[in-house]
Amino acid sequence: MSLPPDRDKQALVKAIEQRILSGPGMAPPELRAKAFEDSDLAEPLATLVAKVARRSFQVTDGDFAAAVAAGFTEDQLFELVICAAVGESSRLYHAGLAALAEAAG
Amino acid sequence: MRLGILNDGYGLGTKLLFSFIRLFSGRPLPDAARLTFYRPDFYGSYSKALTQEAMRGPSAWPVAERELMAAYVSKVNDCPFCIRAHTATASLAASNDVMVVAVLADLESAPIGAGLRATLRMLGKLTRDGHLSAADVRAVLESGVSGQQVEDALAIGYAFNVTNRLANAFGFELMTPDGFQAGAKYLLRRGYR
Repeated sequence: MSLPPDRDKQALVKAIEQRILSGPGMAPPELRAKAFEDSDLAEPLATLVAKVARRSFQVTDGDFAAAVAAGFTEDQLFELVICAAVGESSRLYHAGLAALAEAAG
Repeated sequence: MRLGILNDGYGLGTKLLFSFIRLFSGRPLPDAARLTFYRPDFYGSYSKALTQEAMRGPSAWPVAERELMAAYVSKVNDCPFCIRAHTATASLAASNDVMVVAVLADLESAPIGAGLRATLRMLGKLTRDGHLSAADVRAVLESGVSGQQVEDALAIGYAFNVTNRLANAFGFELMTPDGFQAGAKYLLRRGYR
């Protein structure tokens, strides 16, 4: 997996998504996908991921402590938090691009 | 930061680099930069490439206005580290801290042009509400902003929506005003590479 050579911004956004969802990692790809989508996760991950996606200023030490206590490693949480942040941001980005296409069309 | 691996989980070479930076600059590397060194093949390298392209690559938006967009999105996301970092960078790039503070305090009354105001309004709505209508974008286009500029602004919105979330979730440590000022100078000299 590598960066697109042309530096096109939409291609770079796509490359980030592909890397974190399908590339090598310590969290299972199914779990990374659920964090990216912010859906279908059990507690305590559900709360951590939902906060990262929608109200990141409310994340606390306790959210991470609960996930560690549930058996997740720090490296897995590193990946899952990134997936949650990128997933929500990708949805916003694509919603913006769709509105632009409709406005310009 | 909230994960121990982000504080001391780096390889020997990276730890040496951090020590050199601290020695030569007199300051620790900001957490925003440290994060990109942790398993860079998972996220950091990709993130730097996109952020560099959005913030310093070809675009009709001047760097000062891109940094202002970064500060504004950070404000909407309530991200203290990024608000300070990009307020400092936008102020330095524009040589105008009054304008930047005014935009963050009240976009509608701030002394900026119609196109920039409409674009910031659009980024704010998308970031806050999660959606935009064609009419929202049409209002930006009618203010004189091109479709390509809207697309460029959306990429800046993407980069800072991700970064704000990571800064808040991982708990980037706030720096002194001097530290943020030094960071701003670095970002204007070297960019996000």
